[in-house]
Amino acid sequence: MAEHCAVIGVGQTKHDAKRIDVSQFGLVREAAERALEDAGLTYADIDAVVIGKAPDMFEGVMMPELMLADSLGAAGKPMLRVHTAGSVGGSTAIVAASLIQAGVHDRVLTVTYEKQSESNAMWALSVKVPFQQGMVAGAGGYFAPLIRAYMKRSGAPEDTGIRVALKDRLNALKNPYAHLKLPDIDFDQIANSPMLWDPIRYLETCPSSDGACAMVLVNSSAAKKAPKKPAWIHATAMRTEPTMFSGRDQVNPQAGQDCARVLYKKAGISDPRKEIDCCEIYVPFSWFEPMWMENLHFAPESEGWKMTYEGATALDGDLPVNMSGGVLSSNPIGASGMLRFAEVANQIRGEAGEHQVDGAKKGFGHAYGGGSQFFSMWIVGDQPL
Amino acid sequence: MSEEKQPVKSIVTPSRLEYDFTPGIATTRFLRHMQEGRIVGQRCTKCAKVYIPARGSCPRCGVATEEEVEVGPNGTVTTFCVVRVPSENIDLTLPYTAAHILLDGADIPFFALIQECDAADVRMGMRVEAVWAPEAEWGPTFENIRYFRPIDEPDVPFEDFKEHL
Amino acid sequence: MRDVAVVSFAQTKNVRRENRRNEVEMLIPVVQEAVEKSGIPKQEIGFYCSGSSDYLAGQSFSFVMAVDSLGAWPPIAESHVEMDGAWALYEAWIKIQCGEADSALIFSFGRSSPGMIRETLTLQLDPYTLAPLGADPVCLAALQARALLESSDYSEREMAEVAARSRADAKSNPYAQLTGDFDVDELLAEPYFVSPLRKHDCPPISDGATAMVIAADDVARNASKRPAWIRGIDHRVESHQLGLRDLAQSTSTALAGEKAGAVDIDVAELHAPFSHQELILRDALKLGDGVKINPSGGALAANSVMVAGLTRIGEAANAIWNGNARRALGHATSGPCLQQNLVCVLEGE
Repeated sequence: MAEHCAVIGVGQTKHDAKRIDVSQFGLVREAAERALEDAGLTYADIDAVVIGKAPDMFEGVMMPELMLADSLGAAGKPMLRVHTAGSVGGSTAIVAASLIQAGVHDRVLTVTYEKQSESNAMWALSVKVPFQQGMVAGAGGYFAPLIRAYMKRSGAPEDTGIRVALKDRLNALKNPYAHLKLPDIDFDQIANSPMLWDPIRYLETCPSSDGACAMVLVNSSAAKKAPKKPAWIHATAMRTEPTMFSGRDQVNPQAGQDCARVLYKKAGISDPRKEIDCCEIYVPFSWFEPMWMENLHFAPESEGWKMTYEGATALDGDLPVNMSGGVLSSNPIGASGMLRFAEVANQIRGEAGEHQVDGAKKGFGHAYGGGSQFFSMWIVGDQPL
Repeated sequence: MSEEKQPVKSIVTPSRLEYDFTPGIATTRFLRHMQEGRIVGQRCTKCAKVYIPARGSCPRCGVATEEEVEVGPNGTVTTFCVVRVPSENIDLTLPYTAAHILLDGADIPFFALIQECDAADVRMGMRVEAVWAPEAEWGPTFENIRYFRPIDEPDVPFEDFKEHL
Repeated sequence: MRDVAVVSFAQTKNVRRENRRNEVEMLIPVVQEAVEKSGIPKQEIGFYCSGSSDYLAGQSFSFVMAVDSLGAWPPIAESHVEMDGAWALYEAWIKIQCGEADSALIFSFGRSSPGMIRETLTLQLDPYTLAPLGADPVCLAALQARALLESSDYSEREMAEVAARSRADAKSNPYAQLTGDFDVDELLAEPYFVSPLRKHDCPPISDGATAMVIAADDVARNASKRPAWIRGIDHRVESHQLGLRDLAQSTSTALAGEKAGAVDIDVAELHAPFSHQELILRDALKLGDGVKINPSGGALAANSVMVAGLTRIGEAANAIWNGNARRALGHATSGPCLQQNLVCVLEGE
């Protein structure tokens, strides 16, 4: 049926608040070139390019794949640009993989990025569109009430979010590419940081970053020639549900639950908590870790917070989550999803450096977007499925 | 006189685009009702749920909606957050409370501000009423409703509204 | 490779200004029509993919509202490209080739009327070296037309003939916007708009939405009496820098056509918003005199940005369903001066 697809190269930029040292071309090439070098290939070896990023107003360029064609060696090749809101980094990886799985191409370069400093993402997100209700409280203000609802439903201790943030921020210190690195970070610092949208504190929130992430995806025969260990894609899945409808559970969205179920089935996984060795999931506000642990069937409903409390999700726990420091440490919106997918691929390849989970054989990558309505996920392993 | 030429590191190119927005048929009807001081939603013919604001379709069933149902003006807070940080384009004194409010008769919460109340006193299940701008200022806009404030009615138990979370 | 066919296609009437309905209200009837005509129950559709642009709509995440027209419950497998719907079709075709779905709904929407289309499309250009020049799409097309006239035997008369023929053919297309009989000499007597282009060489400004259902193997055979089989589909992009390209040729169209197997074509729907571009595309695809081009009127009769490319493929399918073609070609373009091109070859059995 479908061809096997493997990740043989991963590249990312040093993420930062403002990468004023590079243009948009320079930013994407920094990631692309690292991925190609990692894969032992050049632009000439690539058959197709798939780009993904979030709204164009964040950079002020409409349909930037057109201007990036030359920088990414795409002239004469097929080029696609995916946009699925916050999950776009993941969806882009899935579209790129599907080109290999369909047997249409042998080697695909996929790049996602955001260079918010060139325009103004905060403005672009909150521009008041006539006849629509304005964003009453900003992006954090949208999710904070949902987090409060989770706290009530689950009875989770109030400092759960602080513990997650501490873990991710300590992990980031081991990631040379992370944007936010706070060397003296501790529990009290996070607990005492200003409350932004109660119950979300400043240090429990993601930054806004410029950055890019790239991967080289190939078929089996090209994977055999790769200089380093490939990460084989076992399964991919995407699910969407409407933004608002009566009775919608925004805390534990059905689309996320369905997506994960379908994914595990395709990957032959019956007990995700036991069979998966590590996860990179999209956590922009620390409370999303326990919420997603439940949504993704790693923990029963209302018990996701226990995994944090038990240290299960720590780097040395039995299911490490966000070893790279996650979205809480670097958030170039268009790339954040792909960073999750790429970081977990690197774990399987043994290329995660200081934040490597020893002996990781199966990894889970996750991205979400919109009002918790767009989900994209993948599972990678050290052998083809 | 020689001048050291520095390489160009960045340029600023202002761009300005104007758009004429179309509310659409359903939103037009909704806003005209708002202009009359009424909050009017729409009921889906398939699932019978009442949507507010009315958007002309039921997102769950994918069918066009027509039947109008007046809702509110009172409602219940299903969940909320206290905002302590300024946001671009939002001009309010901090801290302020933003809440999901389930208006009486509606099947979906409505995002709005809560005022005339200490942020510490806002709770899930609290009963509130809409506070309108002076009638002379009413136009076809959401902003006719300035905010919601608590009313003297017992809180709604969590069980009774938790499906709307 | 799996056999995949277009089994239905629906569109709104393209208009200068749709200012009564919003995008969701425009989409609901075409999505419903495409699904009904497909003969495939809605809950069995395996994948959804759309094409649209935030800059066109004037708001970020504008595609999210379109999900409301789908009745996405239970949750669906869905994706989106910030490109013309023709590329959403490509993504959906790939999804089916992987075996992840047996059918897909593709849709696109675009309203050019609310904004300033020429200024908006200028923002597609390199923001450091091109966009600040204010070279809008009409000016760039004019440069390309000049390059064509200077390097070939084509003249402004041939361009006017394309325009006149398109709008005359559009009279029989109930979804077209700009239709009528125009005399070529009278058109040539008009002043230049942006030399060497006259108004008639340029596309109308349009609002529109379309939806299409594709399906594989037996699902297609059971759904449609005469599936329009996708025998080949390919797309290529060229350099963005106009000085690096020969604007009078469309090398990416030629390459995509070759890869898609564009031979023995009876009807070709070419996405040529400017009249001279039809001449360039025809040559790139080596379409002889026997090929009927743009029986729908093409983009000179209706040009809803983000929609017009997918519409060409839909109209190519129409030609097969009408019995006017055994093999039809649908082409879509994106970017300044035909920078990126997609070719889809359809065949009826």
